[in-house]
This record gives sequence, structure tokens and C-alpha cells, in this order.
Amino acid sequence: MILCRVLGNVVATQKQPAYHGHKMLIVQPVDEEGNDKGESFLSFDSVQAGAGDVVLVEQEGNCARQILGTKEDPFHSVICGVVDKVNT
Amino acid sequence: MKLAKVIGTVVATIKDPGIQGLKILMIQPLDEKYKPVGGPIAAMDTVQAGPQEIVYYTLAKESTLALPNPFAPVDAAITGIVDEVHLEDNGIVNKDAIFSKEVT
Amino acid sequence: MQLGKIVGTVVASRKDEKLEGLRLQLVKYVDTDGKPTGSFVVAADSVGAGVGEVVLVACGSSARMTQATDNKPVDAVIMAIVDVLEIDGDMKYVK
Repeated sequence: MILCRVLGNVVATQKQPAYHGHKMLIVQPVDEEGNDKGESFLSFDSVQAGAGDVVLVEQEGNCARQILGTKEDPFHSVICGVVDKVNT
Repeated sequence: MKLAKVIGTVVATIKDPGIQGLKILMIQPLDEKYKPVGGPIAAMDTVQAGPQEIVYYTLAKESTLALPNPFAPVDAAITGIVDEVHLEDNGIVNKDAIFSKEVT
Repeated sequence: MQLGKIVGTVVASRKDEKLEGLRLQLVKYVDTDGKPTGSFVVAADSVGAGVGEVVLVACGSSARMTQATDNKPVDAVIMAIVDVLEIDGDMKYVK
């Protein structure tokens, strides 16, 4: 898992049938102090996260499919938690 | 998954039987503000994307799950056409509370 | 597997239910000299490691192979606490 902040959401009408009903957010990886690091990417939401939230993002297909509840759909990345606090 | 723009098509007559009949597009990966990031890549099209359209694509093994043949030798597939990207980039809400050094 | 040093913990109350009960640690990857390589990961802890300890982190599907993470949606796990690291006869790290 990595820490990311949510930048916004992405709307698509024409997409893989498996993606219907899932919210897609655009996230920016951050470091342990909350500063941007690396390139933004897209991730599916499973915890009702919104813009400005710091979230935990999984980047592994099997994890994403477990959380989103399908066995053979093309999910790779999923937001699995909203971070309350990072203790360093 | 990442955003990208369709910049061209690839035609290949001789190819692995696992990818026969599939359209191959050249795409340029983009960041959230549609600025190009890195070099273009070739990706399988699963959503009938057209030239210059903004799409998103998935990488790695998961990309083959979008294809008719999940064992195809493919590592990138276009899985959706983007209508809109809503950015509300006002930074992290409660950044000080989340990343403060104090242990609570 | 990669060497890392635990630099903190992550608290998330709103999360997938399968992640309940797992301790999430913030791990900075380090090289064999203990210098940070610049990247970090949030890993589930399966061995009870604490802040400051040098640990081994397994990523990808292997992360689900420990008892603590069995069949859970986890992509990185701390699966060992390093006691001694020896490179070419050199003691690089002793706990």
C-alpha cells in the first residue's frame, strides 16, 4: 500500500462493463510528510473517499479484485482506507 | 491505471495467435492536467477508442482480463474513454493533523 | 523481499473490513548501508515489529502468504525483523 491524496474524479461512459457502478478517483502519491511524490494515477474507490483525503492505495490485482468483489475483472488499483493519522 | 491520449494505430500482420483480431493503438500517457508523461506505449483497445481521444489504460496482468483471451501476451489495455476529469486540487484537508509529529 | 526501516505507523478508521485488526506500518526502504533509497511503503505487520527496527518487506501476491494476511487484500507485508545483516564479512547492521 502507498499513501496518496485524492485530486478529483474521472467520469467515463464508455468503459469495460466490469467498471460500471464503481467510482474512479485520480490520486497523487505523497511521502511521509504529505508532500507530492511521483506521478498521479487512477484508482477505484471502496471507502467513499473524496478530494483532499489522504488514502491508502493498493496496487496489486488480486487485492483490488478481493475488495471490489470480482474474480476475473481488470482491476489493478484500489483505495482501501482513509488515513486519519500518520505517526512518525 | 493512468490517463492517456490516443496518438496512432499499429498494424501488425504477423503476431501471436493470442492477440489476433484485436486493435492495437499507440497512446501517450498523461498526468491529471493532460500533460504528457514519459514516452508513448502500444496498448490493446477494448472500448473502440478513436484518434485523439482521452482514455485510461491498465497495465500488467490485469490488462489481459479485459481481453477475450485472459492469457494473451499483453501488458497494456485501454479500458475506458474519459468524458471528464474533475479536479478539486486544494491540497490535503487536515494536513497538519494527519502528518504532525506529535504522537496521539 | 526488500530491506526497510520502520519510521511510523498509519491509522485509518475508515477502511475495507478485511483490513480490520491489521497493524499498518510506514516503512522506508533502505540499502545495505541502512541509507534510505527514497521510496517507502505502507505494509501490514505480521511479526510485531516496532518503530526504528530494520525489517524485511515482501510485496505483491507473496504478501498474502503470512498467517496474519492470509487471503486479505494486502500488497505489502513485514514478514521478518532483521537481527544481523552481514555483507562480504562486514557487519552492516546489528540489532
